[in-house]
Amino acid sequence: MIRVQRSDFDPGAEISALTQGRHDVGALTVFVGLVRDMAGEQRISSMELEHYPGMTEKMLERIEAEARERWALNDTLIVHRYGPLAPGERIVLVACTSTHRAASFEACEFLIDWLKTKAPFWKKEHGPDGDAHWVEARGSDDAAAARWNRKPGDAAE
Amino acid sequence: MKVLYFAWLKAKTGVAEEDLDPPAEVATVADLMEWLKDRGPGHADALANTQAIRVAVNQEYAAPGDAVKAGDEIAFFPPVTGG
Repeated sequence: MIRVQRSDFDPGAEISALTQGRHDVGALTVFVGLVRDMAGEQRISSMELEHYPGMTEKMLERIEAEARERWALNDTLIVHRYGPLAPGERIVLVACTSTHRAASFEACEFLIDWLKTKAPFWKKEHGPDGDAHWVEARGSDDAAAARWNRKPGDAAE
Repeated sequence: MKVLYFAWLKAKTGVAEEDLDPPAEVATVADLMEWLKDRGPGHADALANTQAIRVAVNQEYAAPGDAVKAGDEIAFFPPVTGG
């Protein structure tokens, strides 16, 4: 399941709901992304997260479907926020459940790596002096996402 | 067609979205970007560096040579930075 929302989420409640009443889940991996108060040398006092309503949901659903095709997962959940965010606030949650841990670990990492390079969100950081700038995409994120690209001849898992 | 701008492209053009009816010779994403530059200095500035811009046609990532037509939703935005 995917959700794009302005409001905060409760990671504990989200993972409880994901595993509630299930006896086939042996592993749960969760990633939660938070707003930092520093970007390199620069102090961040707040952030604005813009998104493309419609396309964002479409891309997240596609990324989720890709993970479920590649790994044997019981369930997946992506919750991503938009709007104004302060340092320390939660931005994103990715959770995967599977029978054994390897699938949930790998799928969780895959989901956040692909989300960062494919889902249409943009961060604008505000400094303490009222200065603001749009965050630039990082090459390291592209590299992290690219390692999940299938090479020709890879067998489907 | 509906043209959308996000992040700094929205700031530079001064619009989030506009309904436009480009002439028939505007057949591709690249044609549209060239045509949009003539809408004013803000548009010209926003669309100056095509390498820094990503495009979606009907909410699917698109390349400069991809076709655009009446009724399409075309979005211009910087490389994404979510997560």
